[in-house]
Amino acid sequence: MRLVNRLPAPGWARVLALLPFVAVLVLYLIASAMRLADNPADKLLPSFATIGDAIVRMAFTVDIRTGTIPLWSDTIASLGRLFAGLGIATLIGAVLGIAIGVLPYLRALLGQFVAVVSMVPPLAILPILFITMGLGEASKIALIAIGIAPLLIRDIALRVTDMPPQQFVKAQTLGASSWTLVLRVVLPQILPRLIDSVRLQIGPAWLFLISAEAIASESGLGYRIFLVRRYLAMDVILPYVAWITLLAFVMEIALVALQRRAFPWFAAARTAQ
Amino acid sequence: MSLISVRHLWKEYDDKVVLEDINLEIEERAFVALVGPSGCGKTTFLKMLLSEEIPTRGIIELDGKPIPKEPGPDRGVVYQRYSVFPHLTVLGNVLLAKDLGARGPGTRLLGRVFGAARRAATEKARELLAAVGLAHAADKYPSQLSGGMQQRLALAQALMAEPRVLLLDEPFGALDPGIRADIHVLMRKLWHERALTAVMVTHDLPEAFGLATRVIAFERRRDEPSDGGRYGARIAKDIGIWPPRVAGAPKAV
Repeated sequence: MRLVNRLPAPGWARVLALLPFVAVLVLYLIASAMRLADNPADKLLPSFATIGDAIVRMAFTVDIRTGTIPLWSDTIASLGRLFAGLGIATLIGAVLGIAIGVLPYLRALLGQFVAVVSMVPPLAILPILFITMGLGEASKIALIAIGIAPLLIRDIALRVTDMPPQQFVKAQTLGASSWTLVLRVVLPQILPRLIDSVRLQIGPAWLFLISAEAIASESGLGYRIFLVRRYLAMDVILPYVAWITLLAFVMEIALVALQRRAFPWFAAARTAQ
Repeated sequence: MSLISVRHLWKEYDDKVVLEDINLEIEERAFVALVGPSGCGKTTFLKMLLSEEIPTRGIIELDGKPIPKEPGPDRGVVYQRYSVFPHLTVLGNVLLAKDLGARGPGTRLLGRVFGAARRAATEKARELLAAVGLAHAADKYPSQLSGGMQQRLALAQALMAEPRVLLLDEPFGALDPGIRADIHVLMRKLWHERALTAVMVTHDLPEAFGLATRVIAFERRRDEPSDGGRYGARIAKDIGIWPPRVAGAPKAV
């Protein structure tokens, strides 16, 4: 049988999916054991026991100096910024994207402008944000929003213009005004697609967050990683990276579930078109 | 007076003439089928009736007044595809005509009718769904329906808005022959039972002669590559069906 026609059994598929994760862990264990055998004080690839100690210290022990548990206070600070930035960007993306998509005048006015603005590297304007907004929360949230909103606007505008033109005419023959056309026909069909767009922007959102926290912050997951970097504290950095990855992954799953729950018609309609 | 009156209608794209000097009177309760070879402009003509396209020259009147420059509830449409909204249930699709079309500040703001008006609209929508044979599917989404059922839904949705004229753009062209025969029966029934004037574009001649009261063929007088698009299509044939079909009197067929 040709390779392209060979299908893994369902059970096998699950085992295969786990395999790369196990392989990475095993490789790490081997490399770590070899380095520690050479030099028991090695900090680059700490043993699982050392990492476990660090997790207990960071995630379950109250820090005497601040009176909080570092991992949780970092997580709360970071997620607050991330959700604020993502939320603002999503709102701007939906409103401006739909407006540009449905209104030819606004498309003529802003289409090219948004295209150019979305090419500005967000990290390059981070200094400007720090200068104008200070080093507090506002500049970090603004970086995420500015980094993501232009892409969301363009994506949503594109998806609106991709809608079958028959639907726009049809709605007008049923009596729709520009406003009710948006409210009853465009918006409900764009929302599940907006979730897809936001999902793809979770990665960049974290990138901007960690960058901003690394450069100027007194709390947050990115701040912590870059703080302990000075002590080569890989036993803290590695679980923090794993934790950030897990958070991003959970957000992804939550958005997929939300899309399926809130828009039951969407999966079938997408394949039908 | 005719319901629709088309006078000296021309449509050109750049220097290519699509339709030239179309003159046509359509009576109330007529069922007009537009036929002709591909690219003869019959769909363009329908789009102009719908104000989806604007004529280069000439006048289209509905009830003695020039048609508005944009689509509106006076002219309903059923396309071959994309006629129904995938995000609304079958009932929601039919109700949409009232949600979007009803007057009143709340409806204009929210695109939705409420209270007694909604109950009345729902009752009417269910009656229409029963008439097109979709009463059992009211809570399904269009993607769960077959192609034939989607077109039945599209008809019910368009009729809910009570348009002066119903425009049909190859509405049954994508359906299997058996399904198409069923929906022809439905189309005849709806035309007889409801105050309905229809203009249908089709490339299926048996369909045109089987449903319409009048078949109009568009054709170019000359269509040679060397003409460079200088000749648009005109009305080549205007055939009244004999014996005449009389709206509301199915026995006369």
